Amino acid sequence: MVHSFCVNDRYFVYDVLGASLFEIDELTNDIIKQDTTEENDLISALAEKYSTEEIKESLSELLELKSEGLLFCEFDEGSIKKPHDMTVKSLCLHVAHDCNLRCAYCFAETGDFGGQRGLMDLETGKKAIDFLLKQSVGRKNLEVDFFGGEPFMNFDVVKELVNYGREREKEYGKEFRFTVTTNAMIMKQEDIDFMNKEMYNVVVSIDGRKEVHDRLRKDAGGKGSYDTVLKNSKKFVEQRGEGQYYARGTFSAYNLDFSEDVLSLIDNGFEQISIEPAVVDEKLSYAIKEEHLPAIGKEYEKLANIYLEKRKNGQWFNFFHFMIDLEDGPCLYKRLSGCGAGCEYLAVSPEGDIYPCHQFVGNKDYLLGTLDEGLKRKDIMEQFACNNVLSKDECKNCWARYLCSGGCSASAYKFNGSISKPYKISCELEKKRLECALYARAVESQDAIDPAI
Amino acid sequence: MKHIKVINKPSLIKSVQYGGCGECQTSCQSACKTSCTVGNQKCEKK
Repeated sequence: MVHSFCVNDRYFVYDVLGASLFEIDELTNDIIKQDTTEENDLISALAEKYSTEEIKESLSELLELKSEGLLFCEFDEGSIKKPHDMTVKSLCLHVAHDCNLRCAYCFAETGDFGGQRGLMDLETGKKAIDFLLKQSVGRKNLEVDFFGGEPFMNFDVVKELVNYGREREKEYGKEFRFTVTTNAMIMKQEDIDFMNKEMYNVVVSIDGRKEVHDRLRKDAGGKGSYDTVLKNSKKFVEQRGEGQYYARGTFSAYNLDFSEDVLSLIDNGFEQISIEPAVVDEKLSYAIKEEHLPAIGKEYEKLANIYLEKRKNGQWFNFFHFMIDLEDGPCLYKRLSGCGAGCEYLAVSPEGDIYPCHQFVGNKDYLLGTLDEGLKRKDIMEQFACNNVLSKDECKNCWARYLCSGGCSASAYKFNGSISKPYKISCELEKKRLECALYARAVESQDAIDPAI
Repeated sequence: MKHIKVINKPSLIKSVQYGGCGECQTSCQSACKTSCTVGNQKCEKK
């Protein structure tokens, strides 16, 4: 199976099973769209636009690549070694179900996940670390993301849990990768020093331009948070050095021109950037709807050109969704495993309740167990473990299946009532981002060969 | 070739029978927290 597409007036074809990529001309794109390699059929279908000689020439190149095994790759997808175990290696620790902001689009319902506001105590946090150490049989690298609400509202506990993890990892011969997701409203110098020493990745929520950020990211008194967030996050990033971080924004129907927000983040010194679509009830005025997809598609193309131009001219930055490694990317096992929610990745509430992921926290139908009683709902975990791109009707014939790996189960559940029915708008956005990522990859690869291109 | 330029050759097929080591980062922990993407994750062994 191949997927041909056009970005910024250039044509490409991506081989779904080979993960090979080619730049093609419009004629070859038209041939591929005909979905046949019968010469006579192609000649009659495309006679008005191209000469017979041109069609034969392009078809011959396509067939040559096929015979060399470079294009139209085939293998039995049923023979891919499937993810089979439910070894937990990653936890999202909800250390604070409270927040100092009241962001309109927050899936945590402004911090409390639809329940009571509260903080995780140290004892519960330690039980979670112990739970992960015991569950992760056969895994060396363990991940703990301190999440909320706002984890800095309970940062003393975070620090103690990191220290506790560092002590225990030696006993088990494992290695913790701690990460934190924060709104950067409270960030003292000692906290920055601590993060730079201990945190493998830090995700800072900032939406881009001041007016965009302040419109939906307000404090409890209704005041925009941009000035404080920018001041703290800039200070942090200036001291981060080579360490991993992301300035993570959310775009909504209010700012479909979100490439301007990426530019604003770049102007403020951020180099690692992620901008994600808001996932909210479609009745809300800032919800992304199907009618917005063409405009968003154009905006991603514009962003891809900004990405290429700036990087080429020495102003390097990274956009999370344009990162794509076609040679050394994840194995098929990983691509079938998807995000790992509900089996290798779980979330823990401040009270010690365990859920499939951070977005399911508070949904009692998906309560998997507790830190005290252990995992009780292996049946639900099994559903998540078996929920892959080959089991979902919408995914098994999709060209993007081994790049996106099936999308977000929580969004599928939220909009379609089932973890196995992907949310269409997310799928369309993901496919467009992937086309732009492949485009950027192709252009940068050719620039490397011929800087004049 | 006149009509087609190779950007990169097939790579996925190599791992059909490889069960995976499970050591790479969980995708949702890396940045997004809302929109799963796996193709952009790093392989721990490379």
